[in-house]
Amino acid sequence: MRLINRRPGAGAGRILALIPFVLVLGAYLVGSAARLAETPNDKLLPSLASLGAALQRMAFSIDPRTGDILMLVDTEASLYRLFAALAISVAIGLILGIAIGLLPYMRAGLGAFVAVVSMVPPLALLPILFITMGLGEASKIALIVIGVAPVLIRDVALRVGDLPPQQMIKAQTLGASTWQIVLRMVLPQTLPRLIDSLRLQIGPAWLFLIAAEAIASESGLGYRIFLVRRYLAMDVILTYVAWITLLAFLMDRGLALLQRRAFPWFAAARATG
Amino acid sequence: MSVISVKDVWKEYDDRVVLEGISLEIAPRAFVALVGPSGCGKTTFLRMLLSEERPDRGTIAIDGAPLPDEPDSGRGVVFQRYSVFPHLTVLGNVVLGLELKAAPLLGRLFGASRRAAETEAREILAAVGLGGAEDKYPAQLSGGMQQRLALAQALVAKPKVLLLDEPFGALDPGIRAEIHLLMQRLWHERPLTVVMVTHDMSEAFTLATRVVAFERRRNEPSDGGRYGATITRDIEVWPKRIAGAPRPLRKSSLPGRDDPAALTGDNRDDPAIEGATP
Repeated sequence: MRLINRRPGAGAGRILALIPFVLVLGAYLVGSAARLAETPNDKLLPSLASLGAALQRMAFSIDPRTGDILMLVDTEASLYRLFAALAISVAIGLILGIAIGLLPYMRAGLGAFVAVVSMVPPLALLPILFITMGLGEASKIALIVIGVAPVLIRDVALRVGDLPPQQMIKAQTLGASTWQIVLRMVLPQTLPRLIDSLRLQIGPAWLFLIAAEAIASESGLGYRIFLVRRYLAMDVILTYVAWITLLAFLMDRGLALLQRRAFPWFAAARATG
Repeated sequence: MSVISVKDVWKEYDDRVVLEGISLEIAPRAFVALVGPSGCGKTTFLRMLLSEERPDRGTIAIDGAPLPDEPDSGRGVVFQRYSVFPHLTVLGNVVLGLELKAAPLLGRLFGASRRAAETEAREILAAVGLGGAEDKYPAQLSGGMQQRLALAQALVAKPKVLLLDEPFGALDPGIRAEIHLLMQRLWHERPLTVVMVTHDMSEAFTLATRVVAFERRRNEPSDGGRYGATITRDIEVWPKRIAGAPRPLRKSSLPGRDDPAALTGDNRDDPAIEGATP
């Protein structure tokens, strides 16, 4: 049988999915054990026990200096920035994306501008943001918005342009105004597609967040990672990286679930094209 | 008085002539089928009737007034595909037409007016044979059911003119025959003037009162697109079909294939046979 026609069963598929995780974890444990056997104080590849201790220290006990649970405080600060920035980006992406995708005048006026702006490397703008907006929350949120919003705008504009022209004609023959077309046709059909591109933008959003927190911040997951870097505290860094990955993964799953629940028509409509 | 009056319409793309000198008067309640080989501009002509395209020369008038510059609710349309909205249920697709008219700001109705609109929509859905499928999404319907829905959705806006762009072209023959019966019934029951583009001759002659053929008089590659298509045939279907007066099925009076040939009457066999005429 050809390779393209061979499929794993349900159980085999689950095992296959686990294999790479197990392999990476195994490689880490072997490497960690080997290094610790040579130098018991090695900090580079901490053992599972010291990772657990770091988790216990950061997430389940109160920091004597600040009186807070550090991981909780960091997570709150980071998620506040991230969600605020994503909400602003989604609003901008929807409004400008639909306008550019639907209205020829907006496309003529803004299409090229957005295409150019989306090519500006956001991290290169970070100093400008710090200078103009200060070191507070605004500059960090602005960085994420600058990184994410142009992509969302362009993606929404493309999706709106992909709607079959027959639908536009049909809506007009039902007497719809431009505003009604936006409200009843374009917006509901764009939202599930926006969720797709938002899922892809979660990675970049975290990147910009951690970059901003690393440079100038007093709290946040990225701040903590770059703070403890000075003490070579790999146990804390690895714990935080795993936690950030878990958060991003849960956001991705959550959005996928939201898409399925809120837009039950979408999967079938996408399949039949 | 004709509903649609087309006078000497030309359409060119770049330097290629698509349609030339099209003149057509369509009577109220007519069912006109536009036929012709692919690429002869019959769909372009329909798009002009929709105001999706504008003629380069000539005029099109509806009820004596020049065609509006954009599609409006006076002219309904059913396309071969993408006629219905995938994000709305069957009922939602039909109610939408009523909501758009009644609620300019939100495009949505609530409460009693919503229920009234739903009742009206359910009636039309029952008339096109979609009763019971109200809560499904279009992707869950077969091709024939989707086109029934598209018809219902177009009819709920009560257009005067219904434009059909190969609406049944993608359907299986059996399904197509059923939807033909439905289409005839709808045309008889509702005050519609229908213009249908089709490439299927039997469909044209099954449904229409009038069959109009578009064709290029000259179509040599060396012409370089200097000759567009024009109306080459304009056939009144006989016996006449009259809107609102469906003919009874005459199947019973015709002898079946294996029945003995009739010697007398309308359906008699070849009268030249000796003794056949009384």
